[in-house]
Amino acid sequence: MRLEGKGIIDRTREVSFRFDGRDYRGFRGDTLASALLANGVKLFGRSFKYHRPRGLLTAGPEEPNALVEVIGKTSRTPNTRATMQEIFDGLESRSQNRLGSLRHDLMAVNDLVSPFLSAGFYYKTFMWPRHFWEGLYEPIIRRAAGLGSLAKVHDEGVYEKAWAHCDLLVIGAGPAGLMAALTAARAGADVILAEEQPLTGGRLIADGGLIGGDPAAQWVHRVEAELRAMPNVRIMTRTTVTGAYDNGTYGALERVGLHRSPRPNLPRECFWRIVARRAVLTTGAQERHIAFPMNDRPGIMLASAVRTYLNRFGVAPGKRVTLFAANDQARQTARDLMAAGVQVAAIIDPREDVSVVEECPVHAGAVVIDTKGRHALQAITVRKGSETFRIETDCLAVSGGWNPGLHLTCHMNSRPRWSEEIAAFVPVEAAVPGLAAAGAANGSFSTHGALTAGRLAAERALAALDLRAPDLAVPAAEDTPYTHRAIWSVEGAKGRNGRAWLDFANDVTVKDVQLSAQENFASVEHMKRYTTQGMAPDQGKNSNVAALAVLADATGRGIPETGTTTFRPPYVPVSIAAMGAGGRAKGFAPERFLTSDQASRDRLAPMIEAGLWYRPSYFPKPGETTWREACDREVRMVRGAVGVCDVSTLGKIDIQGPDAGRFLDFVYTNTFSTLPVGRVRYGLMLREDGLVMDDGTSARLAETHYLMTTTTAAAGQVMRHLDFVQQAFCATWKLRLISVTEAFAQFAIAGPKARALIDTVLDQPLGDLPFMGVRPVSVGGVEARLFRISFSGEEGYELAVPVDYGEALFRDLVARAETMGGGPYGMEALNVLRIEKGFLTHAEIHGRVSADDVGLGAMVSPRKDCIGRAASQRPGLWGPEREQLVGLKAAGAISAGAHLFRPGFAVERENDQGYVTSVCWSPTLDSWLGLAFLTDGRARHGERIRLVDHLRGIDVECEVTHPVFFDADGGRMRG
Amino acid sequence: MRLTCPLCGPRDRREFTYYGAEEYLHRPGPDAAPDLSQGGAWDNYLHLRDNPAGPTRDLWYHDQGCAAWLLVSRNTLTHDITGVELVAARKGARDEA
Repeated sequence: MRLEGKGIIDRTREVSFRFDGRDYRGFRGDTLASALLANGVKLFGRSFKYHRPRGLLTAGPEEPNALVEVIGKTSRTPNTRATMQEIFDGLESRSQNRLGSLRHDLMAVNDLVSPFLSAGFYYKTFMWPRHFWEGLYEPIIRRAAGLGSLAKVHDEGVYEKAWAHCDLLVIGAGPAGLMAALTAARAGADVILAEEQPLTGGRLIADGGLIGGDPAAQWVHRVEAELRAMPNVRIMTRTTVTGAYDNGTYGALERVGLHRSPRPNLPRECFWRIVARRAVLTTGAQERHIAFPMNDRPGIMLASAVRTYLNRFGVAPGKRVTLFAANDQARQTARDLMAAGVQVAAIIDPREDVSVVEECPVHAGAVVIDTKGRHALQAITVRKGSETFRIETDCLAVSGGWNPGLHLTCHMNSRPRWSEEIAAFVPVEAAVPGLAAAGAANGSFSTHGALTAGRLAAERALAALDLRAPDLAVPAAEDTPYTHRAIWSVEGAKGRNGRAWLDFANDVTVKDVQLSAQENFASVEHMKRYTTQGMAPDQGKNSNVAALAVLADATGRGIPETGTTTFRPPYVPVSIAAMGAGGRAKGFAPERFLTSDQASRDRLAPMIEAGLWYRPSYFPKPGETTWREACDREVRMVRGAVGVCDVSTLGKIDIQGPDAGRFLDFVYTNTFSTLPVGRVRYGLMLREDGLVMDDGTSARLAETHYLMTTTTAAAGQVMRHLDFVQQAFCATWKLRLISVTEAFAQFAIAGPKARALIDTVLDQPLGDLPFMGVRPVSVGGVEARLFRISFSGEEGYELAVPVDYGEALFRDLVARAETMGGGPYGMEALNVLRIEKGFLTHAEIHGRVSADDVGLGAMVSPRKDCIGRAASQRPGLWGPEREQLVGLKAAGAISAGAHLFRPGFAVERENDQGYVTSVCWSPTLDSWLGLAFLTDGRARHGERIRLVDHLRGIDVECEVTHPVFFDADGGRMRG
Repeated sequence: MRLTCPLCGPRDRREFTYYGAEEYLHRPGPDAAPDLSQGGAWDNYLHLRDNPAGPTRDLWYHDQGCAAWLLVSRNTLTHDITGVELVAARKGARDEA
């Protein structure tokens, strides 16, 4: 019921929304919880296990009961806390965890059989017969378990992630947080003030009171206005700091768009990583419930929540409210209600010696021992001494004391300390480096105490930041000592089913915890797992300390000896979509495009991914219906005329300096210091463990200038390796190296007519360029480099120009080639050409082969040290027991990944003779060809071998051959 | 996690690639006998590593930055980073290889 003139909602802005198919109205500033409560709704959900009717317990992020689904056009967000979801026009929400309607949940039958569903029920019951588990028990339990349901379609919502840096992060904008932020801001520090609620002020906006003689709300308003006007302050509302991590890093979840109608491009949430040199934890405290019998009915809520609904939202949570509290502070609830004209039925206080000041019945030394009302509270039973009596009431406000909101201080393995004085855990100092708790989060519960502690915490942070604290007086404020009595649970009347709930979200009762102790799950960690206490979405925020107290009592220990479970991040549930923002589909993964990319796409070439690169697969001609037709044609074109292929993806590393040759000698197995200027040499590179890292060619462009090429796949790895070798072992050598992969576009021109094509594009006649030679040339006035190297086995050249000229040169080369019966060729043809020649790629040098395995053992020079040389000599890295590179010829289709067996032997692992790495159909040799590793393969050329691929259903016999199938003496490429 | 690169300043760990323990810097010299037996110099260098609970020194590559190799001193228990130096500028860099 809405009260006139109360609350800080905007009564000029009406908002309409839906819950469980019904239309409701509220005001801007309402949460789903407050707006429904104002409409008289008390039933919000069903409990997890017993499906008991549940209402609001809290008004904040710790809400265990009022979990609803928020339904968007393409999204459905389960387990949304109604106490945190602000309403907006068109908001559609639905209760969850029910079968049928919320009022008549068919699963409520669980509540009737609850005596059989005690803790450990599943462990004890579904043990046998064993085969019933998968077929029967599990599907049924799975259907009954879980909270909410998923939309099962892609969430099309926008999410973001962001980083922020600051000198001081203030976590929570209550009195302590505002004071800390103000102190640090006036000192000139960069401050981020993160507040979970849409408004700053913390309890001040729910509890009122005076600060410096003015209403607290005015002080909050003044401080916030000053902070907002300062350029060094950033106030982040609707932002929950979710975790504390190393080096002053904090995770935070900002609800950017969840409180308003969806609009394009407005993120729903943003996950922040905030890096702070210092941080102050001013998260306040959370009120505790009391475990009295049947303490879970809708209408029973925390006293602080009652004040929040009353003072912040102008909603009376009941017509006739009763207060059950064991501390003086909660009395404010009764006073506020009466001042607002709400009837207070009684105050029930377990303490005997309480001063009676309120104008309502006060029952000292009394406790609540039972409650009535199925879908909403109707009455409570009170025991005072030996008498019991009944009070008609529709709302029971409860306060069992306060727990400091210290969760973040435990995120880096620290355990809190038990304080007898306030009967609660308090943070230990320096639990998280650079983070200090202050105010109620540190166990100081008065407003004045919070203001003082906030200033002090900021002053300490400023000292650590070498900033001078400003002169800032702490205003006068409420400073009454916290007087209370710890009360955890209340025994019911004898002979009555008096279930007293601890963990509402997971339906854990006092009896469950006692049973756990009785069955010797007496450690707090065991109790938690046995009963599931603290494992629901609220992560035990409402129940941990009380459950611990009950466990301590049941095991005859004190609370400090019983210990506590660990709070781990995140503090509140964080959607994976927010943490993974930017990671969906390709996300932020870069795409690398060749200069010839558009030219290839113009020719309808399908592009394939090669690492981050996109390369043309083949260039289809009219009439060709399969890739094989195009590929075969391109292979014949290169062997018969001339082909052009973009090979710019190869890694290119420029190495210069007097010691460049010496350096190459050290990283390659063979010698480069003796390479003449103007010549190119094939090089083999090992890892230090003796296995092959990469191969490629290096050219000597000048006396002190080399250009290394690497394979596309290993370009990054080789660069990292060279940097390491140079900086770790050759730091004093005179050389520098840098990747120039993206500086040059490079095109292979291969085939019998390659030379003729080259001659038409060069500005000056080439003259004689021997095989494995390199020369500076000029193309259309542009300086270029011409290499005579071949990866196809034909007379081949590679022409490199600065990238800006790449596309023009590619188009020009292709056009010229076409006049000569040639044209472009893609990756498929390139692969066939190199397999025919037995050239290696990373299909073969895959990280587990030695130089000897690929037939290049002789390239490891015995006359010099090089990376990997020592380890390459290890026994076991060479010799007949190794799988060695061979060729395979087959009449039928073969496949890479197939394994090799001797004909006649069973296809079993122990008979495995090797495996196939690359295959192709060779139009040149009219045969299927493969490269493979075969045990003692070099000695077995001519043998028959059985090739089996279970995956593709291939089982054929092949001939083992030398890995070079075509033009073995290399006459074609030497020209 | 952040590392303070001596050349670039404090940077997010996403800019760096982890390689391994400091031992990789102590490559057996060219004249060392290629002792590959268990416990020998090369076996030690290639395969044997401590797994310290406490201070450790390891190698990181600033691949999204200046391409410098860094020797990072940190604590595996507290996650404190106590020092970052350039591999190329460290003491003894001149004597390797």
